[in-house]
Amino acid sequence: MKKILRTREFWLAVVVAVMVFATNIRAPGFATPARLADIFDDSSILIILALGQMVVILSRSIDLSMASNLALSGMIVALVNQAFPAVPVPALMLLAALCGLALGGFNGFFVWRLGIPAIVVTLGTLTIYRGVIFLIAGGQWVNADAFSPGFVAFTRIDFLGLPLLSWYAIVIVAAFYLIMTRTFLGRSFYAIGVNPTAAVYAGINVGKTTFWAFCISGMLSGFAGYLWVSRYVIGSVEVAKGYELTIVAACVIGGISISGGVGTVAGAVLGALFLGVINGALPVINISPFWQMAISGAAIILAVVLNGRSGKQSARLILKEAEHTR
Amino acid sequence: MTDLNSESRFIPDTLVKPWRTAVFSWPTLLFVVAVVLFIVNSFASPYFLSPWSLSDATFNFTEKALIALAMALLIISGEIDLSVASIIALASTMMGLALQFGVGTPGLVLIGIVTGIICGIFNGFLVTKLGLPSIVVTIGTMSFFRGISFIVLGDQAFKGYPPSFSFFGQGYIWWVVSFEFVLFLLCAFAYYLLLHRTNFGRHVFAIGNNPVAARFSGIRVERVKFILFCLTGLMSGVAAVLLTSRLASTRPSIALGWELDAVTMVVLGGVSILGGAGTIQGVVIAAFIMGLVTFGLGLLNIPGIVMSIFIGALLIFVIALPIVFRKVKERRA
Repeated sequence: MKKILRTREFWLAVVVAVMVFATNIRAPGFATPARLADIFDDSSILIILALGQMVVILSRSIDLSMASNLALSGMIVALVNQAFPAVPVPALMLLAALCGLALGGFNGFFVWRLGIPAIVVTLGTLTIYRGVIFLIAGGQWVNADAFSPGFVAFTRIDFLGLPLLSWYAIVIVAAFYLIMTRTFLGRSFYAIGVNPTAAVYAGINVGKTTFWAFCISGMLSGFAGYLWVSRYVIGSVEVAKGYELTIVAACVIGGISISGGVGTVAGAVLGALFLGVINGALPVINISPFWQMAISGAAIILAVVLNGRSGKQSARLILKEAEHTR
Repeated sequence: MTDLNSESRFIPDTLVKPWRTAVFSWPTLLFVVAVVLFIVNSFASPYFLSPWSLSDATFNFTEKALIALAMALLIISGEIDLSVASIIALASTMMGLALQFGVGTPGLVLIGIVTGIICGIFNGFLVTKLGLPSIVVTIGTMSFFRGISFIVLGDQAFKGYPPSFSFFGQGYIWWVVSFEFVLFLLCAFAYYLLLHRTNFGRHVFAIGNNPVAARFSGIRVERVKFILFCLTGLMSGVAAVLLTSRLASTRPSIALGWELDAVTMVVLGGVSILGGAGTIQGVVIAAFIMGLVTFGLGLLNIPGIVMSIFIGALLIFVIALPIVFRKVKERRA
């Protein structure tokens, strides 16, 4: 019990809960299960993306191309759906994930084989992937009437009271919990993030593990590409523009250390939910949506300050000498 | 991102000739790329080689390049500032607000620059006094600064800047030589002196290479970094004045995405993203390269989004090429 009280995730959960109830006081009806389910559904895509980014950040890299990857994979499945409406939707989902995997693998290859810093590679692919969308779509949009009914329905169908979109997020969160805590690969991400040299001696291939991190973030981006296009019923160059930093923000709020090795699945999920609750709460308490950006910015700064504080205290006891030299 | 391949070190028995290092240096390579681009451009479009269109070409990169100069120092010191474009938005908004209260041109310029510096101080405080990672801090302030612009402006815009204000972004000093371009060259020279000819510049390199060693050699690491954040804020403020003057309006979405363009310029200019290495010459040539690519492709009626493919590919290609060469060489040896 004491252990739980000391975790960052617990306090973040408390903050999210307090936010929900505070909003409920101003706008009664906000904390009803149906509304909360809506907010979860709205946050689902961000949750999935934050998990992908988490794996990359854990292994001391960063993937700035996730939003462009999402938009490109989404555009590809949108175009396929437009041209061949008969292709079954699960096949399209697989296609989106595979596209994302290929794009993520491209990033990972450069980081692994050529040793170019991840921020440089993904900064480049961020613009390349988005430019490619324009090329393959010829500058056109894929509008709502171009999609087959099934394409749109596969995020909306109600299953046990929740839309399928929410279920995808739940399944991926569960899978990630198992991967990150119970598998060799999952533990490797932490190992190379905490201490790459020690990881080598423990028999972990640092480069290859980083490569897998990019593959995972890419695959989730691609899958989220289908979800995004299906959910908002639009495929365009502008899809998710600037979203890459929102994803990083969700991770940072969730307590995932940008210097690698620290962070949990619960943190990433709560970080995404934190932003989701803010987005859901602002309209109902009559704050102009224009406030949203400044508030989430302030939340990120506050989260970093608080995380920085708590991290320092625990580090001081172990690394007393290193602390002086910092 | 530590290098784990412990390679045996090659120790030469003669000095490398100075002309060889000069010829094979990064700025020289970039310069060749720039010249090639210039020649290709002048063949590709008949409109390229006219003084006026070349002058126009400078406008679309000088503002970003001004920020890139300061960003280069920041990245060499091992930090980064992703909030620069948002600082432009905030500074521009503050100028617009002041305009509503009837502030004149000198006041507007002052407000723009001071807002930039204040934003830089805020970033610098969070990074150096609280010891937080700059990439995260500036992702936060990036939303925060632009968020304030959105709160002030919503979906509105500030317009009606006085005619005398338009000189900064649209005026010419002499014939086709614009004020913006001259200011950029002056700033580039000033930053060259600061980085390569002063103690402060040596400190920046020392910090980027090894902050701990720099501290033990008596360098005030935090103070130098703080100054660099202020400088980046200052240059963003200057860029805000120029851009606002050029567009003659302020919207909250002004300069959206410029932070990545500025970082691309710096990295393309041969500054190591890990810190500790880089030159101002490289950054200046990289700025010209980006200007040439976008302007040349623009003359060929290629849309901006497709140009971004070229810029992104150029970035990865230019960084990857020397590494691939080195790997091939190693394999042969």
